[in-house]
Amino acid sequence: MSRHTLSVLVQDQPGVLARVAGLFSRRGFNIESLAVGPTEIPSVSRMTIVVNVEGLVLEQVTKQLNKLINVLKIVELDEASSVQREIMLVKVKADAETRSHILETVQLFRAKVVDVANDAVTIEATGKHEKLEALLRVLEPYGIKELVKSGLVAMGRGPRSITDRSVRSLDRTG
Amino acid sequence: MGDNRMGEQITGAQSLVYALETAGVTDVFGIPGGAILPLYDPLMDSSSIRHILVRHEQGAGHAAEGYAYVSGKVGVCMATSGPGATNLVTPLADANMDSVPMVAITGQVPSQSIGTDAFQEADIRGITMPITKHSFLVTNPDDIPRAIAEAFHLASTGRPGPVLVDVSKDALQGNTTFEWPSSLDLPGYHPVTRPHAKQIREAARMIIDAKAPVLYVGGGVMRARASQALMRLAELTGIPVVTTLMARGAFPDSHPLHLGMPGMHGTVAAVGALQKSDLLITLGARFDDRVTGRLSTFAPDAAIIHADIDPAEIGKNRDADVPIVGDLAEIIPDLVTAIEAEYAAGRRGDYEAWWSVVGGWRETYPLGYDLPDDGSLSPQYVIERLGLISGPESIYAAGVGQHQMWAAQFVKYERPDSWINSGGLGTMGFAVPAAMGAKVGAPDRTVWAVDGDGCFQMTNQELVTCAINDIPIKVALINNSSLGMVRQWQTLFYNERYSNTDLHSHRIPDFVKLADAYGCHGLRCESPEEVDATIEKAMGMNDAPVVIDFVVHRDAMVWPMVAAGTSNDDIMVARSMAPLWGSDD
Repeated sequence: MSRHTLSVLVQDQPGVLARVAGLFSRRGFNIESLAVGPTEIPSVSRMTIVVNVEGLVLEQVTKQLNKLINVLKIVELDEASSVQREIMLVKVKADAETRSHILETVQLFRAKVVDVANDAVTIEATGKHEKLEALLRVLEPYGIKELVKSGLVAMGRGPRSITDRSVRSLDRTG
Repeated sequence: MGDNRMGEQITGAQSLVYALETAGVTDVFGIPGGAILPLYDPLMDSSSIRHILVRHEQGAGHAAEGYAYVSGKVGVCMATSGPGATNLVTPLADANMDSVPMVAITGQVPSQSIGTDAFQEADIRGITMPITKHSFLVTNPDDIPRAIAEAFHLASTGRPGPVLVDVSKDALQGNTTFEWPSSLDLPGYHPVTRPHAKQIREAARMIIDAKAPVLYVGGGVMRARASQALMRLAELTGIPVVTTLMARGAFPDSHPLHLGMPGMHGTVAAVGALQKSDLLITLGARFDDRVTGRLSTFAPDAAIIHADIDPAEIGKNRDADVPIVGDLAEIIPDLVTAIEAEYAAGRRGDYEAWWSVVGGWRETYPLGYDLPDDGSLSPQYVIERLGLISGPESIYAAGVGQHQMWAAQFVKYERPDSWINSGGLGTMGFAVPAAMGAKVGAPDRTVWAVDGDGCFQMTNQELVTCAINDIPIKVALINNSSLGMVRQWQTLFYNERYSNTDLHSHRIPDFVKLADAYGCHGLRCESPEEVDATIEKAMGMNDAPVVIDFVVHRDAMVWPMVAAGTSNDDIMVARSMAPLWGSDD
C-alpha cells in the first residue's frame, strides 16, 4: 500500500461529488483526503483525492473514476514532480509562561498566529502532510484545544497545465 | 418531424414526447402517477409511441430490458416519483449488471418541493447513482430535449447500460419550445471503439503460438452484434469456443467448435478447457466469479488476451497480458485480418493435440440428466423437449434458479437474441415481464418464458398486461413446488435441512385457474407422455398468452456444478462424482 495523489477534473454539476464519493465507498477504496474547489475554468471543478492503495487497485480506481460521465480528466501527481500542500488551523492552550515558546515554534515552522486570546492562540500552517504532522507533535504538549485540516491540494511543477485544450474548450465564458 | 415543431410554445411534457419521438422511441412500458401525470396527457396523442400500461413498475423495467435484448434498440420505461421510481431500482440494477441499453423516465415532485420530504418524494437520482450508467435530474423545461438526447446516446453507445432521467413536475408543466440538440454536451464521455493495431498484432501472434487456446465469449459479443465476425474468427482458426451464460446463442450450439457454457453449471469440456488452457482469448467477458470459481486457481497456465469496450473490466479480476480496448465489432474482424496475415507469412497455429483432449472431455462428459425412478416429470426433459419443439427461432426468457440453468443447458441456441436472462444480478421474477418486452420487440417470433414457480409468483401480474394488450407470450412453468436452487444448496451444503424453501405450489395457487383468471390459457402437464402434446397445443394458441403448469419432481439437481468458492478443478459431474481430467492428473 502506498499513498497516491489524484487530481480529478470534473464538470461542475450537481451530484458530481456524491458520484465520486459513492464510487469510492461502494468499490471499497479508502479516501485519505479529498479537497474540492473551482478551477480557472468556471464550469470545471478540481478534486484532489489522496488514496492509500496498491498499484493495481489504483489502476481500478482511475478506470472506474473515468467511467463517471462527469469526470473529464484524471492525473496522478507524484510527490517529486508536484507541489503538495495542506492547510491547518490549530488552537493551542497558551498562558504567559508558554506563549513565547509557542511563538518560537510557529516561527520555526514558518506558520502564522491568526488569533490570540488570554489562554489560547490559533495558528495557521501550510505545508506538506509531514511538516504539519511535525508541527502538531511539537504543539501537542501545550494542549491542543481544536484542530482542523483541509484536504491536500496539489499541482504539477513546471510550465504545463493539466487543464489542456480539450478541457479549456469547455470555457464558455470567454 | 421536429422542424415544424421548432418555435412552437409548448409544455415541457409535450417537449418530452417530441424528444422521445425524435429519439425513435416506438414502445414504452410504464404506469402513470401524480408527478408524471403532465407527461401522460400529451403522450396520449402521440401517433408513433405505443405506451403499454403494466401492472407494476418492476415489470415495466424488465419489459424494457427484454425489448432491448431482442430489438437492439434502447428499451424505455416510465414511472412516477417516489414508490413508482423505487420500483424501478431492481430492473435498473439488473440492466446495469448485464449492460442492457435502457432509459428510465421518472416524474419527480415539483423542484421547489425537492428536499422537503414531499408526498411521493424519493431522491431517485441519488438512489440509482451506483446502479446506472448515468442519471439526470431535469428541473428546467428547456433542458428536456438535451437530457433525452444524451440519455439515449449514453444508454446505447460504449458499454451499454441504463440511464435515468428524473423530471420534476414543474419542468413538465412549464412552457418551453422544442429544440433537438444538434450536438451532445458530454465532454467526459469518449468510449474507445477502435482497437490498438499493435495489440491486435500481438494477440494474433499469441494465437498462432498457443497450443491450447480457447475463445472465451461473453455477453459483450451480443451487445456488439458481432456473432458473424466471431464465426469467421472461430472457423478461420479452429479454436474451441465457450459461450458464457450471457453469450448463449452468440455461437451456434450445433457447431463442432463449440464446447458449451463454462462456469458453475457449465459443461465439463468448457470448464476444463478454460482451466487447462494456455491462452484465453476473452471477448466481451468479465471473469465473473460464476465463471472463474475460486479466482486464484482459475486457468493457472493461461495467458490472457482481454478484449472489451470497457477499460475498467480489463485487469479488474484477472490480469491481461494483451489488453484490447474497443468495440468487438471492430476488434474481431481486425483479429481475423491479422491472423490471415500470419497465415500468409506461413505461420499457423496447431491445436490438434488440444482438440484431442477437449474433444475427449466433450465426448466423455456430455450434458445429461437422470430420469426420476417414479415416472414423474423431469424438469430437464421438459425444457429439452420445449427447445426442440419450439426451435431455435424462438426466444427463451428465463427467471433465476434451477430452471434458468437448465434452460441455458438444454435448449440449443443457434442464433443471437434468442436467450434472455438475468445473469449478473440474478433477479428472480425476470422472465414474465422480460418475455413480454421481447414479444413487443419481436412480435413475429414465438416467445417463451421459462420460469420457476418461485420466480413466477413474483411478477406474474404482467400476464394481465399481456392478455389485455395482445402480447401472446407462452410460459413454461417448471413447478417443483420449491425454491429449487436454494433447496439444491440445502441438499448439498446444509444437511438436507429445507429451511423455507417449500412453496407448496402443488396445491396453492392453482396456476391453471390463475392463468384463466388473468385471461390466459392454462394447461397442466404432469407426466412425460403428455409433454410433447401439451407444448404443441400451446404452440397453436396465439390469441392469448398461455401458461403450462409443468408439475415436475422436486429432487432434480443442476449438474455439473462447481460449488461456490471452490476451484473449477473440483467440478462435479454429479453428486460425489468428479471427472477424470486425463493422464497428467
